[in-house]
Amino acid sequence: MAQTLLEVEDLHTQFFTSRGVVRAVDGVSFHVDAGETLGVVGESGCGKTMTALSILRLLPDPGKIVSGRIMFRGNDVTKMTDEEIRDFRGNDVAMIFQDPMTSLNPVTKIGKQIEEAMTAHNRFTETLARGRVIELLKRVRVPAAESRVKDYPHQFSGGMRQRAMIAMGLSNEPSLLIADEPTTALDVTVQAQIIQLMKQLNRELGTAMMLITHNMALVASLCQRVVVMYAGRIVEEGPVDQIFKSPQHPYTWSLLRSVPRVDESRKDRLVSIKGLPPDLSHPPPGCKFHPRCPFVVDRCKVDPEPSLDEVALGQVARCWVLMRNVKQEDVEEAKKSALSKEAAEKLKASTAEVGGDAGG
Amino acid sequence: MQAAERAPARVAATDPVLVHIKGAYKHFPIGGFGGLAVRAVDGVDLEIRRGETLGLVGESGCGKSTLARLITALMPVTAGSIMFDGQDITRLRGGGMRRVRRKMQMIFQDPFASLDPRMTVGDILQEPLDNFHVGSVRERRQRVQELLRLVGLNPNFTNRYPHEFSGGQRQRIGIARALAVNPSFIVCDEAVSALDVSIAAQIINLLQDLQREFQLTYLFIAHDLAVVRHLSDRIAVMYLGKVVETADRNDIYDHPQHPYTKALLSSIPVPDPVVERDRAPITLKGEIPSPVNPPSGCRFHPRCPIARVPGVCSEVEPPLEPHGAQDQVAACHFAGQA
Repeated sequence: MAQTLLEVEDLHTQFFTSRGVVRAVDGVSFHVDAGETLGVVGESGCGKTMTALSILRLLPDPGKIVSGRIMFRGNDVTKMTDEEIRDFRGNDVAMIFQDPMTSLNPVTKIGKQIEEAMTAHNRFTETLARGRVIELLKRVRVPAAESRVKDYPHQFSGGMRQRAMIAMGLSNEPSLLIADEPTTALDVTVQAQIIQLMKQLNRELGTAMMLITHNMALVASLCQRVVVMYAGRIVEEGPVDQIFKSPQHPYTWSLLRSVPRVDESRKDRLVSIKGLPPDLSHPPPGCKFHPRCPFVVDRCKVDPEPSLDEVALGQVARCWVLMRNVKQEDVEEAKKSALSKEAAEKLKASTAEVGGDAGG
Repeated sequence: MQAAERAPARVAATDPVLVHIKGAYKHFPIGGFGGLAVRAVDGVDLEIRRGETLGLVGESGCGKSTLARLITALMPVTAGSIMFDGQDITRLRGGGMRRVRRKMQMIFQDPFASLDPRMTVGDILQEPLDNFHVGSVRERRQRVQELLRLVGLNPNFTNRYPHEFSGGQRQRIGIARALAVNPSFIVCDEAVSALDVSIAAQIINLLQDLQREFQLTYLFIAHDLAVVRHLSDRIAVMYLGKVVETADRNDIYDHPQHPYTKALLSSIPVPDPVVERDRAPITLKGEIPSPVNPPSGCRFHPRCPIARVPGVCSEVEPPLEPHGAQDQVAACHFAGQA
């Protein structure tokens, strides 16, 4: 068993807005081992990015860590002084963001920006840092690195910018790299290049990675373990193979079936999750997924939320029902999705009425 | 929903091809001497058949959105012809143009930018009806409510403003607006790209339901190949202003003929860790070149893993010819050899 690098325990992050308290992260616990790649998946607003920003204490106003511990190598990040946290960011944990254009300074040369990331953290002297820049750009496979250090961000293409961001993230040799949707803004062929690069770097440098994404395919490709989040809570967690083969939480199950696969030859209907994610300032009672769950039972609505219980070796899920207890015919019914029948009837009614043209 | 079971009802006695694009060009001059231009669409031949969904894929900057704007006559072509339902829309003006426009509508990518924030949903949906003088005022109001119901929204929402809706709901409004005037052809330009996965699934299912019900023809443009394959009957792949391959959705995946198609397909991760472990993506070198000065010969040759350079690939532009399966065409000197 590898050494635990990061341990998040019962983290609560809340936003104090005029409309009430938004529980963005609501009691999240997980860990990242040294050298491993952990995927954090969920839809927008489920709290995955806020979890990452909490770890780095970079929460935007009016967000606050209300309770919980974030242990990194035995030190609690939530208790660090400003001095300590500056040292922690970059040196221990670095983060790369979705949009490489807005996260780079447009008026500073790429090389200079990477150099700054190093000198700001006192790990390397200025001369040493300057020498490392080219080496770093080569490591992330930027061609002609020697001449490109003098380029400005606008002279880099999207993929190259993301490589530069990764170089910057790795510049202080952190032991954990948090990547928030690192490939979402990129084209598919470039996305493939970046995925491959991240795999190689993980192997070469042994940097642990926390990959935040909504893309299940990316998780399947890059991660060893996965955490599924919904409405600020972890609903399922386990080894990637296990989660993809036998997801136990209905949300994970639906999420996996709501994306079309490029290798499917039949046009099955996609499982669509009805409704919208809940308003986090007024979450529903009971299990937070129950209003959208296709396998809901009475208990889900009234009983307090179920706990994260072990359902298989290394796999935990937060559900009263669990997919393995759902009858096969109910699963088939859910796959068909209610939308189609309903919509079809309405459509018929309306076509009959709107026949006449008035001409254009 | 399989192609086989819905095809017969759909194909009427008329021409099976609804949109026929022949040698379409669109160049955007960028000033300066020497007549430099962005060759966004640079000689495209393509047909869209009645009742089908044609998927159009390619990386950003390959010209797919420009092509969509040419087909819907939102932009004039630089050269070439686009036949819609037997009429050359590049030559239509005035009333003739208006009549054709009514048959083609568009659904846009960004549900936040494509709805006027100062109009109520009712006004947004009624505008196309007013524009084409459909029915009486009362009938239009009724139609607006039907449209909302049609796309799964509450018909009493007519007095609400777009900001009161979520992204997925706004995209439904965009779809309702496109359906308002009973078009036969709808261009979906990245219609689900901005949506969350579970919401995207709802919209994809809705688009399929509407197509079946109204015998719609779709041009579905997206960079997400998995979504395109899921929705389309046939798929066309564009690279740097040209169509490089067209085929049935399964043929193109099972035996792609163009090395670009092959690389594009192999680069998409599959949500299955077991498949992922064995997947060997063909990683293309570099990125898409500038459409101002496209490479000589085959445009793909600088990135192509099988190009013979110097040789035929860097000198001669390959024509779009039948290769592989029936109804499959590819523009490559060494088609099928990648």
